[in-house]
Amino acid sequence: MPDFSILFAALLNGLTQGAVYALIALGLTLIYGVLHIINFAHGAALMLALYAVYFLYTRLGIDPYLALPLITAGMFALGYLLQRFIIGRASHGRDENILLVTLGLAIVMENLALFVFRSDTRTIETPYAFATVEIAGALIGIPKLAALAGAIVVTAGLYILMVRTDLGRAIRALAKERQGARLVGIDVEHVLAMSFGIGLACVGAAASFLMPSYYVNPTVGSGFVLIAFTVVVLGGMGSFVGALAGGFIVGIAESLGGLYGMALGLGENLGQLAIFVLFIAVLLIRPQGLFGARA
Amino acid sequence: MTLARDLVVAGAITAAIAAVPLVVTSGAVLNAVILTLYAALLGQAWNILGGFGGQFSFGHAVFFGTGAYTATILQLRFGMNAWAALVCAVAAGACVGALIGALAFRYGLKGSYFALVTLAFAEVFRILATTFTFTGAGVGLMLPLAESAAALQFTTKAGYLYLILALVVVGFALHIWLKHSRFGAWLTAVRDNEMSAAALGVDVIRVKQGAILLSAALMAAGGVFYVQYLHYIDPAIAYGPAVSVEALLGPLVGGMGTVFGPLLGAVALHLLSESMRNLLGDAPGLSLALYGIVLIVMVRYLPSGLMGLFDWRRRS
Repeated sequence: MPDFSILFAALLNGLTQGAVYALIALGLTLIYGVLHIINFAHGAALMLALYAVYFLYTRLGIDPYLALPLITAGMFALGYLLQRFIIGRASHGRDENILLVTLGLAIVMENLALFVFRSDTRTIETPYAFATVEIAGALIGIPKLAALAGAIVVTAGLYILMVRTDLGRAIRALAKERQGARLVGIDVEHVLAMSFGIGLACVGAAASFLMPSYYVNPTVGSGFVLIAFTVVVLGGMGSFVGALAGGFIVGIAESLGGLYGMALGLGENLGQLAIFVLFIAVLLIRPQGLFGARA
Repeated sequence: MTLARDLVVAGAITAAIAAVPLVVTSGAVLNAVILTLYAALLGQAWNILGGFGGQFSFGHAVFFGTGAYTATILQLRFGMNAWAALVCAVAAGACVGALIGALAFRYGLKGSYFALVTLAFAEVFRILATTFTFTGAGVGLMLPLAESAAALQFTTKAGYLYLILALVVVGFALHIWLKHSRFGAWLTAVRDNEMSAAALGVDVIRVKQGAILLSAALMAAGGVFYVQYLHYIDPAIAYGPAVSVEALLGPLVGGMGTVFGPLLGAVALHLLSESMRNLLGDAPGLSLALYGIVLIVMVRYLPSGLMGLFDWRRRS
């Protein structure tokens, strides 16, 4: 049994890691939950955003946090165009087809990245990458705390967008009853594309917060895809607060799983395993998630 | 097509492929035929559950890897005969299929949820295989060379060609049976409308369970062939997403839920990737990127696959 200070550090670490998962999952929950679109290209989109952060920093010297508006705007445009001109048109309105098209997009993005950037793992060196603060005896990285703050701000922003704006109302109307939304004059294709764009913009924000303490290579996104799905399913589809809480739970489960895995001599892999076991268990036992209403 | 015509076409294709080693001696050509048949086998396995049953799995690697690891470990650590190991590996794959089916279908996971849960199972198995030294951990396992038919290894490419052809023929038999049997009719009824199938008295869960069992068993056989042919397996190959994608892409391109779609898709994809390699060179990622584009283009313009081109009645 690890002593308390190690446990506390692992908890804190899991919480901040969970914030990054929550940021990625927020975009997914918007796309997946509210619009019933399964975006398997989510991880690949994260990878592209991470490369964008990387090149903006190394080529133009733009700090990742200052690049955030640029990246989110770029990812928004990408998401809008993908949904409007590729996913929407190719899917013929069938869920299985959306599944296959986004899987195809993920394959294309990852392998074009492999072709253009090669498989090298790249990192950026910022002056604050290793800066830490001490909280009750546990050291925690400043970039990770920034991600935690970012996750909370983005969640609040999305919540306000959905509840207070016309766009949010249109998105919610579409989620409930697509045909009815069309009948009352909502431009369905436009709103679907806007939602997809906002979903990828969240991924852009996640990339800006992630890059200072992480790395990028062509397959970096695939590791996050299932984790993000876990978070979404755990939190309940379409629930932003659920995604935030789900992110924290998954982050802590991974961190503690890794800790006990080390203690039992099974290695850190046990942390990842904990995530997927949690995922399967939630899918089977409570598919509506911890915070979702029963369908 | 009628049963008689399906049997004649399957027989003619089998005879034509079986004649290839008698005419061609080039190792490269034989290798290409073997790899195409191997892709066709994976596609056939996926097609049973995905094409006929409408349950899209994104993690078929879980059955492939289980077959490959079971066969390798039984031979390597327990000195079992390769043929017996093949039977055990297929059984092990079917067991994993039964387990996933029992969980997923009983709890009513459909569509994207089913795709997700299969993907998650493949990841769990990949991490387990990476963790334990029993499975060789991240390093993987080597199957020692023992070139004799008793060890299911062959000195000539022709031997492997007949082995994989035999497995594909089993796949054909399963497909033709599904198309013309009562069980197959139940399965396609469940795919087309689960509610009305249930209302007509079809035991939906049992039918899906049967389909995943057959699909997993055939996929495990593909895993066994992989290790027998290439003598090496590691967690990324066995349980990684590449195999799962390869299994679903063939039927999608060829025609889902058709008897000859998986083979047709495998041939088309092989020709495509070969010609691209000749045209663009062997750049990393390019051929897979092309696969992704093919996937999207097929869904957009030819959702019933290449077999749809042959279906004159529906087109006119």
